[in-house]
Amino acid sequence: MSGAPAAPPARAAAPLPSIAATGWSRGLLETKTFFRERDAVVFTFAFPIVLQVVFGSIFRGAVPGTEISFAQLYTAGLIGAAVMGASFQNLGIGIAVDRDDGTLRRLAGTPLPHGAYFTGKVLNVLLVALLDVVILLALGVLMYDLKLPDELFRWATFAWVFVLGITGSALLGIAASGLPRSAKSASAVISLPFVVLQFISGVFVPFTQLPEWLITIASVFPLKWMCQGFRSVFLGDAGAALELTGSYELDRAALVLGAWVAGGLILCLTTFRWKGRRDG
Amino acid sequence: MTRTAVKVRGLAKRYGEVRAVDDMDLDIQAGEIFAILGPNGAGKSTAVEILEGYRDRDAGEVSVLGVDPRHATRRWRARVGVVPQTAGDAAELTVRETLRHFAGYYPNPADPEEVLDRVQLADRADTRIRRLSGGQRRRVDVALGVIGNPELLFLDEPTTGLDPEARRRLWRLIEDLARDGTTIVLTTHYLDEAEALAGRVAVLAGGRIVAEGAPATLGGRATAQARVTWLEDGRREHVDTGTPTTTVQRLARRFGGEVPELSVTRPSLEDVYLRLIGSGAEPTTAGSVR
Repeated sequence: MSGAPAAPPARAAAPLPSIAATGWSRGLLETKTFFRERDAVVFTFAFPIVLQVVFGSIFRGAVPGTEISFAQLYTAGLIGAAVMGASFQNLGIGIAVDRDDGTLRRLAGTPLPHGAYFTGKVLNVLLVALLDVVILLALGVLMYDLKLPDELFRWATFAWVFVLGITGSALLGIAASGLPRSAKSASAVISLPFVVLQFISGVFVPFTQLPEWLITIASVFPLKWMCQGFRSVFLGDAGAALELTGSYELDRAALVLGAWVAGGLILCLTTFRWKGRRDG
Repeated sequence: MTRTAVKVRGLAKRYGEVRAVDDMDLDIQAGEIFAILGPNGAGKSTAVEILEGYRDRDAGEVSVLGVDPRHATRRWRARVGVVPQTAGDAAELTVRETLRHFAGYYPNPADPEEVLDRVQLADRADTRIRRLSGGQRRRVDVALGVIGNPELLFLDEPTTGLDPEARRRLWRLIEDLARDGTTIVLTTHYLDEAEALAGRVAVLAGGRIVAEGAPATLGGRATAQARVTWLEDGRREHVDTGTPTTTVQRLARRFGGEVPELSVTRPSLEDVYLRLIGSGAEPTTAGSVR
């Protein structure tokens, strides 16, 4: 600021900060903001953990007719819900709020690269999801007799389901962030479909109790396939018998989740608006 | 040295049938404070958003710091500061966190601590932005606008909604920035703000510039007829004249000294403005000689 009139030549020489540096800085800022906003922490971060404690207190022992404990069953479902909450719900609401409260407009007036904004969001989503998963697993093991798989390929399955699922859901969330008209309506517009999706995707209610048309709807979205993938990790081969088709259908899960990554990317690139509706 | 910071020729933008900006020409010199005045819907925001590179245009040539904002690059963005209208972002971050973070976007940023001092928020540096008053919040906006050491700063209605003390404080800050050589383009509804700050103003109405010049001479204000009023036989009398001094001398002689309730007024900036934008049916002569 001092000596501004004499500065132009020096300015031209200084290099612009990289996408990596600004993206990392955005990630730190997003995360700091996330954990300071009570709404976000309660709805997105704490929700699956609270549900795990509730479920753990209600359902004990094994699923009738099997040796699979309820803890294995709902932990798999809640991890799916946590991953989608951290990505789809978090971004769907968060970006709608950013658009409404002037964040995007302010950023558009700075030299911040667009990619850095999304890098920051992605880092925040990954951190929230991983923390959620670690806490769910730790609580499960310590309090509810959850048994972690000991075969390496199960964890490999966990990894690809997690990566494909979180990417697809995040892109779906970015696209959905354009739907709410304002920050105030964002949590309703984004959360309601998400809660419904959790009920029909096998997070809370076993598929065997759902009518077929609901299963058909759920099969379009990533959550059902994520949960199915995570069940294959935590329930093992014995659990496959609980699935509708008697199989975890991992190949189909990979296909649907992969399609969401590709389709979600196209949806985002074609529909994303930096401006709010009121900006005209 | 006079360099042109902003040059606009034949700028036009329409929304459907509405001509928001219509054949606008504008020159803003480097280092000046330039105010764009106009009622809501006059095309102020559209024009400035085109200059800021937020909005595309239908016709005309625009050059801001030698670059067409249609092809805004990161390098150009680093030279231009934008203070948008009141926003609610970054509410959960502290003032210092926010300033330091934004400094990281720029190749040659100002020292965040110096900027904190300059906007007089050093004592609120560790307060979350949510807890600040309207005036303090607005000073954070200005701080974020100048953290990149811009050559040109756009200020969109910088003092709307502020109390008089907060407004004056912000005015001093803007003058301070201009003294350091930053070119400032501000839009405002407030005539006193334009008069207090701007070296030159442009009045917009119906998407066109209807007058441009120094606030003191805008719209022939300096040479307009003055109105001399006084009290005589219990009635208020007035004369509109181009030579008010002579009129007053004549009155003084007639009354043999003090003229009861004498006042001499010229059209205020508000009178001129209302006439220019075509909504002031009967200009009032409020205010005294300046």
